[in-house]
Amino acid sequence: MVAVPDDRIVAVGHEADIVTARQNGRELAATMGFSSTDQTMIALAISEIARNIISYAQRGTITLSLLEDRGRRGIQIIAQDQGPGIADIALAMRDGYSTAKSLGLGLPGAKRVMDEFELSSQLGHGTTVTMRKWRR
Amino acid sequence: MPVPILKQGDVLIASIQVALSDLDLAELRDALADQVGRFRSRGVVIDVTALDVLDSFATRTLRSIAHTTRLRGANTVVVGIQPDVAFAMVQLGLELAGVATALDLEDGLAYLDAASDHGGRRAR
Repeated sequence: MVAVPDDRIVAVGHEADIVTARQNGRELAATMGFSSTDQTMIALAISEIARNIISYAQRGTITLSLLEDRGRRGIQIIAQDQGPGIADIALAMRDGYSTAKSLGLGLPGAKRVMDEFELSSQLGHGTTVTMRKWRR
Repeated sequence: MPVPILKQGDVLIASIQVALSDLDLAELRDALADQVGRFRSRGVVIDVTALDVLDSFATRTLRSIAHTTRLRGANTVVVGIQPDVAFAMVQLGLELAGVATALDLEDGLAYLDAASDHGGRRAR
């Protein structure tokens, strides 16, 4: 699997950047030929993880890339921050769990609408979420 | 960018035209809570036809608007959720529980008419 070096990096430091990040994701997904339903799910997943950056780490980046893997094409979204990190990843991935007065659906919800989802976090050093969706 | 709110009889119509930031949504909630009192409105229509995403924050704010305006004596109906948006919401697990929805503005206004005909300014 190779990430085609055509990354779009969106700095997320203000809530308006959430909109920018998801619009960039939708645009990229549209140019790759994702269905309009998939574009919406990709935009929604980006919106949720971008908001997580703002809520927990104040700032971070969202990197969007094209993927190619044996003829398959997909989109990769990496959300990275240097925030406080997540103490209990299993708990953070549970529906309805939130420490930020939200619905607690952001991470588990994003996982549900994407094909692949990885979360790594180190306390005091930050969190990285990697999500992928393949074109059907 | 503030959402324009039109007054039509005893109904307020908030027509969302562009993608909204969290702040815009919070401002819409506050503006509607204020104007429902100022204009003694019986109903509120929030038209989200132009929105390409309703995420967890937007969903929570719409619920909050509906509940706030109900406490102020007005029914709220959310209209125009697009098929892809609805599908993505379901996949993600987002609900508009306790919030009336209708297909479009016309149906939303008809819903509010029927609700006030039945004296129904109650929660459903």
